[in-house]
Amino acid sequence: MNLHLTRRYRFAASHRLDSAWLGGEQNRLVYGKCNNPYGHGHNYVVEIAVSGPVDPATGMIANLSELDAFVEREVIEPFDHTYLNEEIPAFRERIPTAENICIEIFNRLREFPRAKLERVRVEETSLNSFEYKGELSGSRP
Amino acid sequence: MVYLTRKIEFSASHLYHNPAFSAEENRRVFGKCNNPHGHGHNYVLEVTVAGDPDPATGMVVNLAELKAILQREVTDRMDHRFLNYEVPELNGQIPTCENVAAVIWRLLHPKITRGNLHRVRLYETPDLFVDCYGETNGAGGSPAVSKDILK
Repeated sequence: MNLHLTRRYRFAASHRLDSAWLGGEQNRLVYGKCNNPYGHGHNYVVEIAVSGPVDPATGMIANLSELDAFVEREVIEPFDHTYLNEEIPAFRERIPTAENICIEIFNRLREFPRAKLERVRVEETSLNSFEYKGELSGSRP
Repeated sequence: MVYLTRKIEFSASHLYHNPAFSAEENRRVFGKCNNPHGHGHNYVLEVTVAGDPDPATGMVVNLAELKAILQREVTDRMDHRFLNYEVPELNGQIPTCENVAAVIWRLLHPKITRGNLHRVRLYETPDLFVDCYGETNGAGGSPAVSKDILK
């Protein structure tokens, strides 16, 4: 059976979208309110999907307590209640859009030892969501 | 290709216990889910059928037919039941979200004859769900633990 197990997690963080490649005027044009100089925050929801064979002894793809502990250590603890631009090293070089947050979370969880990471989905607000399955299709900035 | 999804809810209880484990191992692996009296959830099931709309009806699948199948195959079997004891299809398996989703797939797959069953998504809680896409390479899926498990 091809089964994917998905668990939802939450963190709250602030960010500012401002590209070093664009000038002040261009940044305001591209990012709008997200370019406000002091940043702003969201309640992020993160869905982590893993796949693998179901262990007949437990009925599980992965023990949820192990998945929870791994996600907590690699993502929730470092991301929650932070200013992403400054406190997550990857976002000193990449703009912390929800797209890049998806990619960063995927890369942090890629090595989960108990199951294969299939998908990371980030809801930045209840109206916007983003998904990444571990592969980019072309070049990226 | 168009994907149609129908949602239903059912409420059921279960417990996780593997008789091959010691009492301590059961508690360690399954935590609160090993509580011997069981516990319950409001499950939400999303069933997605894929196909091209029939030109005569504009439908991928007739929703009335799909609703009747879900009622018969899932609600009548599982709603307000103790999954370990009252659902024979789960005999010999621990009724995790993974295994319940796979059982639902196996129940629905032969019954859905218009369109193709694409996905069974089973929410155990709003923060935990399993997607089942059917057999992989014709493999048989999760094998049973033992005949007398959970008795």
